[in-house]
Amino acid sequence: MDKVNLTINGINVNVPKDYTVLMAAREAGIDIPTLCFLKDINEIAACRVCVAEVDIKGQAMRNLPATCVLQVQEGMNVRTNTRKVRNAVKMNVELILANHNRECLTCMRNGSCELQKLCDELNINHIEFQGTKRETKIDELSHSIVRDSSKCILCGRCVSTCRDLQEIGILDFTNRGFNTEVAPAFDYSMKDVPCVYCGQCIQACPVAALREKSHIDEVWDAIDDPDKYVVVQTAPGVRASLGEEFGLPVGTDVTGRMVAALKRLGFDKVFDTNFSADLTILEEGTELLARVKNGGKLPMITSCSPGWIRYCEINYPEFLENLSSCKSPQQMFGAIVKSYYAEKEGIDPKKIFCVSVMPCTSKKTEANRPEMEVDGLRDVDVSLTTRELGDMIKQARINFVKLPDENPDSILGQYTGAGAIFGATGGVMEAALRTVADILTGQDLEDIEYESVRGIEGVKEASVTLPIDGNDTEVKIAVAHGTANAAKVLEAVKSGEKEYHFIEVMACPGGCVHGGGQSHVSAKARLEVNPKTKRADALYELDKSLALRKSHKNPEVIKLYEEYLKEPNSPISHKLLHTHYYEQKVYEVEKEKEYKELMARIK
Amino acid sequence: MSRGLDVRANERHFVELKDYIESIRDSQGLLMQTLHKAQEIFGYLPIEVQKFISSELDISLAEVYGVTTFYTQFNIEPKGKHKIGVCLGTACYVKGARSILDQLAKELDIEVGQTTADNLFTLEATRCLGCCGLAPVIMIDQDVYGKLEANNIPEILAKYRD
Repeated sequence: MDKVNLTINGINVNVPKDYTVLMAAREAGIDIPTLCFLKDINEIAACRVCVAEVDIKGQAMRNLPATCVLQVQEGMNVRTNTRKVRNAVKMNVELILANHNRECLTCMRNGSCELQKLCDELNINHIEFQGTKRETKIDELSHSIVRDSSKCILCGRCVSTCRDLQEIGILDFTNRGFNTEVAPAFDYSMKDVPCVYCGQCIQACPVAALREKSHIDEVWDAIDDPDKYVVVQTAPGVRASLGEEFGLPVGTDVTGRMVAALKRLGFDKVFDTNFSADLTILEEGTELLARVKNGGKLPMITSCSPGWIRYCEINYPEFLENLSSCKSPQQMFGAIVKSYYAEKEGIDPKKIFCVSVMPCTSKKTEANRPEMEVDGLRDVDVSLTTRELGDMIKQARINFVKLPDENPDSILGQYTGAGAIFGATGGVMEAALRTVADILTGQDLEDIEYESVRGIEGVKEASVTLPIDGNDTEVKIAVAHGTANAAKVLEAVKSGEKEYHFIEVMACPGGCVHGGGQSHVSAKARLEVNPKTKRADALYELDKSLALRKSHKNPEVIKLYEEYLKEPNSPISHKLLHTHYYEQKVYEVEKEKEYKELMARIK
Repeated sequence: MSRGLDVRANERHFVELKDYIESIRDSQGLLMQTLHKAQEIFGYLPIEVQKFISSELDISLAEVYGVTTFYTQFNIEPKGKHKIGVCLGTACYVKGARSILDQLAKELDIEVGQTTADNLFTLEATRCLGCCGLAPVIMIDQDVYGKLEANNIPEILAKYRD
């Protein structure tokens, strides 16, 4: 790439010619403030916070251009710290604040708000503009996501994320001028639109206009209720992000401290979703082998990610039979704790209150799906995000960073490396391959690191040769993360262009480690560190550090089958651990039935 | 939120719109052209029509809705038999157009941009109608009423209620 020379605040900079001034300034160590900018996702010059004075070979540019979209040119002279720029930026932010619900003290994003931080950095101590504020609309009808228009600053980061990154597009700018609002079409609630509750919009939102629906109070109530036996499970991805809530570097593995904190919060038992991840592998791996041997529906597609499940139900109902009938590890855990565990420990399962901590906002909706119960008992009573657990720990005034490492309770707390890597894209596939390969070869294989399914490439493909019924068979697999990539894979399968036996899909880019419930990483911090890879690295390190790295070697899982389930896919397994899928209703109109019939007629 | 469209009664309109979309599929700016045509066919752009357009053009419903609510020429609500335009130009405004508009909204029990439940009137705010000497002015269909006071409104509306 050709390079160009320019000057920024008197410093000579030499950068590739496709750079923006903003990126060039970063290289020169000059920090231009941003707000709507989210690298590679939202570069639309909406907020006017990154403006600068620019002239090109002595010719001043009109007005103050936004540096996030201004391409560098030879001979450019950029000044980011003049009185004119400072005043303009300050006024632009003050104008945003004039129409912002400034209840910072009681706001969920207090401390992690990018607007709040910007105000601090810009030394804003007075807002001159006192005018009408737009009407407040709060949509909290879904189980997962709350949309609060009073906080929205119209930066468009959520719009771009949903439309371009996930290729779902439930949000857009509606109306115009002062009445502009980022919202779903026709004022539908997020409960009634094709939202999959992945929460990537929450990760994109610099303020609290999009946030998870909080369920912390229900958990405190359960803990304080002497009649309830409160158990908690934590998903693989949580331990790679929870530390960030307490200032630890992105991707610090805090498994031991997390367990210690949960015990101090007052949970009766602290277990681990990694356990039920191992269990999932036995159920799912067995299901895959049965499908391959018995001519069942292929490709089989994983069903751990509820965002993906809902995406498939809404957009690709023709693939519903391809989905593994396995419940997700979160749900399997709940079903086992209220059956096997209750029986074994002599506890009335009605008294067990199952809390899950997930890197996910979609898990909240999954836990509330009507079919996610056995004999009238909900599998999971409350699902919290990583951030909510962080809030509870802070509320309990536990000094998280200084906690000693502790181990989860037995039983349902032990896990293998295979369960641990479930949180990263490719992790479920790798865990499944480790077990399936051992079963088919009848050996304890040592070569268990499937590098080809690791990493953050959008779609990963591989083939593994395995002996099925005595014949070496090439098993073709694919791994997709992010719904846009999932759609790509499904379209290729649909058109016959690709054939696979097994596909792993996670709804979030990077997998669960980058889920909508994880700790917020600001747009600025993301320029320095990629949370997807950092957190995945933590899980792969954890895997390596464990003596047992294959799900079928998990002693507690083996015991569970011996004592209760008998074997994978047994009738009792089916009752507790498997489920079914169905089309979801979205954007329903008054005469939905007639509308659907008409559409079918004129297609 | 618009009222439910009688889908069956509009079947031929959907077919007409589909044929139109097929005829322009290769051209640029598909969405705007389609929305104009759809409004011409249906008279307005209810959710059923926008859903159809979204699916035919493979553009999210949120984006289609974003465009229709951005441009004032697109109507999401059905239009009434009579269109009332209240001039909010400068001259009319200083002569009390606001109270005329408020009175109309009260009499009709709707807000600006809406249509009465009996589909008789649609209330709109307009820019200067070019007869400032008569301020404040309203237009109902092609009839101009000038030098108005709020208490003239019931009498004027009555003429259209027969």
